Amino acid sequence: MRRVGVVALNTFREAVRDRVLYNLVFFALLMMAAAVAVGQISIGIEQTVIVSLGLTAISVIGLLISVFIGVALVSKEMDKRTLYALLAKPVRRWEFLLGKFAGLVLTLAVNTAAMALGLLLAMIYVKHSLERSDAVVLVAVYFILLKLALIVALALLFSCFTTPLLAILFTVGFYIVGLYVQELRNLPVEVMSPAMTAFTKGLSYLLPNFENFNVMAMAAHGRAVPGALILQDTLYTVVYCTIVLTAAAAVFSRRNLK
Amino acid sequence: MPGLAIEIENLTKEYPFGFLHLKKKTSLEGLNMQVETGEVFGFIGPNGAGKSTTIKLLMRVIFPTAGSARILGKPISDVEMHRDIGYLPEQPYFYDYLTAAEVLDYFARFHDLTAADRKERVERMLKKVGLETARKIQLRKFSKGMLQRVGLAQAILHDPKVVILDEPMSGLDPVGRREVRDIILELKRDGKTVMFSTHILSDAEMLCDRVGVIVGGKLRGVGAPGTLVDMKTQGMEILFELRGTSNAPLLSMATRTGDCYRLQVAEEELYAAIEQLRAAGARILSVSQVKATLEEFFMNLVEADRAQASAVEVSEK
Repeated sequence: MRRVGVVALNTFREAVRDRVLYNLVFFALLMMAAAVAVGQISIGIEQTVIVSLGLTAISVIGLLISVFIGVALVSKEMDKRTLYALLAKPVRRWEFLLGKFAGLVLTLAVNTAAMALGLLLAMIYVKHSLERSDAVVLVAVYFILLKLALIVALALLFSCFTTPLLAILFTVGFYIVGLYVQELRNLPVEVMSPAMTAFTKGLSYLLPNFENFNVMAMAAHGRAVPGALILQDTLYTVVYCTIVLTAAAAVFSRRNLK
Repeated sequence: MPGLAIEIENLTKEYPFGFLHLKKKTSLEGLNMQVETGEVFGFIGPNGAGKSTTIKLLMRVIFPTAGSARILGKPISDVEMHRDIGYLPEQPYFYDYLTAAEVLDYFARFHDLTAADRKERVERMLKKVGLETARKIQLRKFSKGMLQRVGLAQAILHDPKVVILDEPMSGLDPVGRREVRDIILELKRDGKTVMFSTHILSDAEMLCDRVGVIVGGKLRGVGAPGTLVDMKTQGMEILFELRGTSNAPLLSMATRTGDCYRLQVAEEELYAAIEQLRAAGARILSVSQVKATLEEFFMNLVEADRAQASAVEVSEK
């Protein structure tokens, strides 16, 4: 695991030096502008507006980083051939892959934590205080991070066997479909054949379910998220990431580099 | 008798291409080769001959279609074997957001070295490859030659027993090439095994105990540079002086520079030629054996391969 850690820390360092965290400046400006504007135009729903806006921004920025950098994690190393010298060291390909995954998740965690702090500061500015129920915002941020980890795993898997462009399309496609898994599961049975029903149902369980991670409405209204859901989403992410990363490692371990 | 550092058995690499990948191009065909412990082995061949393919197969950057290889007695699939191996890729490229010292420290972390040991080795290697003044510069500002030096430093940083270098002289100026040659000789003095690929034949002749010549994905000869070219002795060269004119038939075959002539004949025709020249009034200045250089040996193989390829192309048409 030490070798995984070495790769992970270097991936984090790469993100920092490639100025990935500069997005925080954009987020800070957005939060400042929103906090000032919300105070003037919305009466009584300041928290709802600022929390919804903040969480949406955290999610969108995180999505952009996880898809684009997630796909580039391995493909850039293959394309630029930086991987050659590394593979001659005593490091297994799956260790490299896991290290890259952990490094980007670490980057996203730092980025998301900084944005969460910015959101809390904006809430304090708007409400002049924080209450115990506001902790739900942190749960929502944690769920966003879990979702991003899942997206990074998918991006890594796709980048292991296809071109970066297709990997981006596949990842975004899976994300969009994953937002509507519940709808897929509840398609009207009467208009479909039994085989089709079984197929869509099976597919809905195979696809990543991103709906589970959306607690933005609860957070915006200060309603508590059940502990069982937190545990369920955590376990779901761990299991799904393990499966996807295992598949990615299996593909990458057999891949001929150019 | 020294043991074997590298053993390659029937190593073959085919690349599928075309629609549905139904056609196959053979990059390497049944390579059998051994590199002995402690020797400097040169792997020579023209561009696209299969040198880099062989090295990439050994390093598991790509996987063979058939065959196997062992390094220091261990199969190449054994990742622990990499503790004792140093590898310089062809046209190396490293993380350009790191400095030279950082990239070396990063690679050193994959070996079980203490922080103090890593620091000491990184400094020593930077000095060895002449980059101590550039240690804090990010690699994105490095020239090709400087990257080559970083590549060499990371290959020998952990004191490996076997060093495999893919075109180590590529991109280097004469000073850099000389320094790389010195490093290779130093590695040999330290008892390391060095295998390097090159198409610069003078480097191979100068440095190698043995060379393997690969053309068109096939190994065409292995041996000490001297023995390889001895097999191809081209005849005898007679240098003579002749004033005035003569109608000796041999003169039409000679190359003239002023009154001096140079004539090349087969070894068995030497004495008859000398007799003829003396009869024509020539003064023999010297007689020497014409030894083919490694370059000539190499060129003969390349031309034979090209001729064979064109013959196949014609017959296919």
